Amino acid sequence: MSDELVTVSIDGVAVAVPKGTTILEAAKRTGVLVPHYCYHPSLPSPAVCRMCLVEVEQAPKLLPACVTAVADGQVVRVESAKAKEARKSVLEFLLINHPLDCPICDQAGECELQDYVFQEGRGSTRYGEYAKRYSPVEDFGPDILYVPNRCILCTRCVRFMEDVAENPILNVSERGDRAFIGIADEQPLDHPWAGNVVDLCPVGSLLSKDFLHKARAWDLDKTASVCPGCTQGCNISVDTRDDVVVRLRPRPNLDVNRHFICDYGRSNYRWMNRGDRVEAPLVRDGQRHVATDWDAALDRLGQIVRGTRGPAVILASGRASTESLGLVRHLLDGRPITAAVQVPLGDEAPLPGVPNLALRRERVPNLVGAELLGYRRDWAAALSAAHDAAVVLVLDAELHQPEEEALAKVNGALVLLVTVAPASLRNAELILPVTTMVEENGVYVNRDRRAQRFQQAKAPPGMARPAWWIAGEVMAGPGPDADAPTTAEEAFALLGHAWPVFGGLTHASLGFTGRVLADGARALAGAGT
Amino acid sequence: MGFPHPSHPRETLVLSRYFGDAGARSYAGWVERGGYRALRQALQMTPDDVIAAVKESGLRGRGGAGFPTGVKWGLMPKVDARARYLVCNADESEPGTFKDREIMRWTPHGLIEGCAIAAHAISAETVFIYIRGEFTDPWQIMTDAVGEAYRDGALGASAFGSGRRIEVILHRGAGAYICGEETAMLNSLEGKRGNPRIKPPYPAQAGLFGLPTTINNVETLAAVPHIIERGAEWYKGLSLGNPKSTGTKLISVCGHVQRPGNYEVTLGFPMQELIFDLAGGPPPGRTLKAVIPGGSSVPIMTASEVDGCPTDYEGIVARGSMLGSGGMIVMDDSTDMVYQIWRLARFYAHESCAQCTQCREGTAWTVKVLERILAGKGRPDDLDLLLDLSENMTGKTICVLSDSCAAPVVSGIQKFREEFEAYIARARQPALATV
Repeated sequence: MSDELVTVSIDGVAVAVPKGTTILEAAKRTGVLVPHYCYHPSLPSPAVCRMCLVEVEQAPKLLPACVTAVADGQVVRVESAKAKEARKSVLEFLLINHPLDCPICDQAGECELQDYVFQEGRGSTRYGEYAKRYSPVEDFGPDILYVPNRCILCTRCVRFMEDVAENPILNVSERGDRAFIGIADEQPLDHPWAGNVVDLCPVGSLLSKDFLHKARAWDLDKTASVCPGCTQGCNISVDTRDDVVVRLRPRPNLDVNRHFICDYGRSNYRWMNRGDRVEAPLVRDGQRHVATDWDAALDRLGQIVRGTRGPAVILASGRASTESLGLVRHLLDGRPITAAVQVPLGDEAPLPGVPNLALRRERVPNLVGAELLGYRRDWAAALSAAHDAAVVLVLDAELHQPEEEALAKVNGALVLLVTVAPASLRNAELILPVTTMVEENGVYVNRDRRAQRFQQAKAPPGMARPAWWIAGEVMAGPGPDADAPTTAEEAFALLGHAWPVFGGLTHASLGFTGRVLADGARALAGAGT
Repeated sequence: MGFPHPSHPRETLVLSRYFGDAGARSYAGWVERGGYRALRQALQMTPDDVIAAVKESGLRGRGGAGFPTGVKWGLMPKVDARARYLVCNADESEPGTFKDREIMRWTPHGLIEGCAIAAHAISAETVFIYIRGEFTDPWQIMTDAVGEAYRDGALGASAFGSGRRIEVILHRGAGAYICGEETAMLNSLEGKRGNPRIKPPYPAQAGLFGLPTTINNVETLAAVPHIIERGAEWYKGLSLGNPKSTGTKLISVCGHVQRPGNYEVTLGFPMQELIFDLAGGPPPGRTLKAVIPGGSSVPIMTASEVDGCPTDYEGIVARGSMLGSGGMIVMDDSTDMVYQIWRLARFYAHESCAQCTQCREGTAWTVKVLERILAGKGRPDDLDLLLDLSENMTGKTICVLSDSCAAPVVSGIQKFREEFEAYIARARQPALATV
């Protein structure tokens, strides 16, 4: 791709694109989507489905838009009678062996075959009485089923495994209309990124067992979010139905994850649907906790914060939003603070075909965000410092045995801002219900310092609130005129005062693909400690 | 695999001169018959001079497309640090074609010599000869001959002491028709599934292993030594009227003729006489009905179209078909055209590589409709359906296999429509029991 621009006309609309751009990509810029199956922007193009054939002036034959580079002055017709007729015939050919089992197919509603046939296919078949090709469903791997009957042999899955995952275990087997997607003997489709073949499949031929028959595509609400699985910060869509998260899918971001997410991230959503959540603020009353309202709970927290001068410890989850991490830390300003972020570790699993894309060892999304806000990774030191701290604040960290043992013995005031209440820790002064990342808006900063927004995908349970809201309310003090942030956007805008790296940034300025924070800001960020 | 018929006086024996002469198979026997003189001569010439001679001779690709060979060699990029390859297409799989098989069986050194000269011309050090998997006998003969050629210095690090490295590697196909398509052949040689590639890039730019590659048919390469030795003028003179079609062509005549076999004729030879005079025409009492002149992929010609048609590239095109590979399938009046077209379509449906939608689904559907007609269950609009399917299968795919399936269907319906209609009208006994 060069800097030189060439001008082409697509259905009468002129567009200037870099030399080397394909007709299909050039057409996208004019708002025309040339129908296609085998083409995918993150895979090499084989030009085999022949769906994207377009008419190019002076070319003797229709040309595949996905592999034909534009030429200066070229006149392309996507909607010409000849091109439409060719597409109609491809759709007819694809349908002769495709079972019309849309009513039981998971893909229905988001099926590219269904969409294009409705858009410009024939109203009825000319295939007649013949039986369609039949092969039974194959179990390809831990989460993947192959339904050969629905397969249109676009080979996206084969190319993903071969060229992107570099684990070439899928192939086209047999020839002619007997062809199907084959899998190498004794080799399950269990590559850590294999689940992407399900998303890549334009029809319902490759299915996720996890999502099998779970919901109809048209019943889903899709929310733009960021994967909470590791520091890579892959962009995802959180798909919910009736406030239940039913699947996570990749959302394209060419700078972070292209069109892919790993299987770990994809399957890491069940905690979002936990039913055993804290739903109301709880205050300690002797040896037990009693539910109260937010006014009382915030008063109590205000008393604790303002009534102590000694050192504070914050034990935060690496899943907490930048807003919550920042404001909670801000709340305890004016005293020595030991702030730590909890970082579970796992094995790294790269996707070889995409530079700088991997499931990272650090299995939290906001490690860098936390570090920019002065949180340290030394968890053990923070746990031991908790013993003599005046205030110990837990921000939704996972409380396993070492944490519970340490926290049961703290001398100061223990405040839990959590999604799930621990069974022990009767010594906690307050247990306040907070939202999870799918129940709030916020920002994560990934390992490459890219600040990215995630959005609320479902309603929080009961009275749960974002931790930044709790901190903001307490800092503002009681009363209706309080100057506390009411949205994550307002909370985010406050961060710049204490941490210059976030200065001048707003949610809107991050856009939908995020923004890399300025270099050298890391040193400044530490200044508040 | 029969012994070839004795040559007919009206043939022009160049490539087939030693067909049937087992003595010509060995290195020594080939040298005795004048072999390898052309290679020694070519190695003294510059590559450009070899290309110029072949261009001047008018030699065109004998595999089917008829592209001028010298021009093709001239399309190779300038020599640079990269390796470059010559690939000899010996995957002869076109139904009705069996000429390359005979060249390899009887004159293996003639092919090796042609390969070596062509490699010199395009400055390639390595030649791959891709031999059809079913060619067991030719495979063995070629293996022996290549061994001899290395032993006796025609091949190797310095061919005949010229300092030019010429290596020949034999590669055996695994039985897929599509691997005869040149870019599918490249994939197959690379160890991949034999799927045709999108062009551009053309093999001269990015061919085998992504490197500059020229692909030539066996018969084309076998003609090269004769051009070098006897001169372009001599070869150009082998032409009956049409200066664009020069030299001799092996025509594999099969089907309803009394003397099937390979006939080498000067291009432009009357097709009618080739079929009747040389090949003996249909059996007694039968009359010529149709001819598929260039292997099964080209449109069918009727007997009246054959009459007066010269056997050369332009002459056959003028009559709506193509010279193709020169595999001439002759059909007499006993032939059920619907049945024969179904057999052809079935072949293409079986051999479709399954890449392109139109080909994968269209060839199989075409077969089903033809089966329905043959079973006496055809419908009045079936012919329109077949023509429409064929239209949708023509000019839309990566390679021309899909077009090749459509060609006999379209020409068959155009030229023998009444036979189809007889089945559909139930005026003819079903030829197939069930659908």
